[in-house]
Amino acid sequence: MTARRGFFSLHKCLRHLLACILVIAWVGDSIAEGGAHDPLEGFNRAMFSVNEAVDGYAVKPVAQVYDRIVPLPAKVGVGNFFGNAGDLWIGINSALQGKFSDAGSDIGRLLINSTVGILGLFDVASELGLDKHDEDFGQTLAVWGVADGVYLFFPVIGPRTVRDTFGWALDSYSDPLRAVVSVPVRNSLLATRIVDVRAGLLPADKVVDEGALDKYSYIRGAYLQRRRNQVFDGRPPRLDD
Amino acid sequence: MFLKHFAFVFSFFVVVAAQAQEAPDVLIQQVTDEVLEIIRKDKDIQGGNAQKVIDLVEKKVLPHFNFSHMTALALGKEWRKASPQQQQQLTQEFKTLLVRTYSNALTGYKNQKVVYKPFKMAAGETDVLVRTEVLQPGSKPVQLDYSLEKLDAGWKVYDVVVAGISLVTNYRDQFAQEVRSGGIDGLVASISTKNKSLEATVAKADKK
Repeated sequence: MTARRGFFSLHKCLRHLLACILVIAWVGDSIAEGGAHDPLEGFNRAMFSVNEAVDGYAVKPVAQVYDRIVPLPAKVGVGNFFGNAGDLWIGINSALQGKFSDAGSDIGRLLINSTVGILGLFDVASELGLDKHDEDFGQTLAVWGVADGVYLFFPVIGPRTVRDTFGWALDSYSDPLRAVVSVPVRNSLLATRIVDVRAGLLPADKVVDEGALDKYSYIRGAYLQRRRNQVFDGRPPRLDD
Repeated sequence: MFLKHFAFVFSFFVVVAAQAQEAPDVLIQQVTDEVLEIIRKDKDIQGGNAQKVIDLVEKKVLPHFNFSHMTALALGKEWRKASPQQQQQLTQEFKTLLVRTYSNALTGYKNQKVVYKPFKMAAGETDVLVRTEVLQPGSKPVQLDYSLEKLDAGWKVYDVVVAGISLVTNYRDQFAQEVRSGGIDGLVASISTKNKSLEATVAKADKK
């Protein structure tokens, strides 16, 4: 029932998106010439400190408790479940980037893990040799030639370039969890996913806290390098200096 | 008796020479396997003994790294403007920082498995990328790549790239920031301050 309405607004959303892409491409190019990725640094740093506080008081402690008390097989199951829910959208993005054999494998993963893997709790497909891919709409935009644009730091969701902000908007729109009708169930699933993702980042915390001279710059650099690596599927061309 | 000693010393030289000539992918695999094997057996390190893991890294890993190249890469264009003495100080401080930070990451090592990607190298190549992947139950594999260059002393690592993030060039913005505000000496001083505060926390943690 919601699917049809969803489809129509998706269509409209795509038209708006196309217009936006043209704007970002233009903004992105004019900024890339300046060589500075972060003209809004003052604003971003303020948002960054807000996030540090929210994370330190709320998200991180919950993730730490989750990490400590939930046994490993259960954590693996949770990670697999959300991973499986994401494979359809990953497959669509593989296809949009022209990687059709990857797309086939992504859909194959979804079919195998949803059935044999009991609703995605077990990642049987990886053991059969169908590797999980890492795609999202921000990467698709990049492959289509959209430049990064300005670096932004958002409260709650963290760093995104302008391009990846639009990518993220569409990723969230197509999120299968949105299709869950019961609001309490949906909210619990969303919260669990946030905790699962945050728990996965716990080992990196120590490295950043100890290694960074300036945590804000360190995270900005890491975000931009990691995104570039994802866009090129782990084999980015070398930047000469 | 003399002959026995001679044979021993001779075989030692053969081993050293062989190591220096080792292909870069073989070198990475040997060092990784050796270090992980030690950690797997060492309850102190698994318990978070920072000093012990730093000693291990200094003994087994550091001889295969070229820190002055790493520091030059992190500093970018400013490197050539620095005096030899500044270059040396900076290299020393940066080395201490990297060793402390990433040795600590090793204490979290549990049940991970390292997979070595197929490696091909043209004859006479002196700058290569060795690709590996760290597998851990329940999370996505983490890409872990090493850039190596061939020097007279053998292959040396000059960059480590984790999930696409270069541990070296990720310092570039921060280094530039420090140099803008306090010059090369200011940069050396702020890394040194950071190192001292880390040292204090390590000492405190080990006492517990």
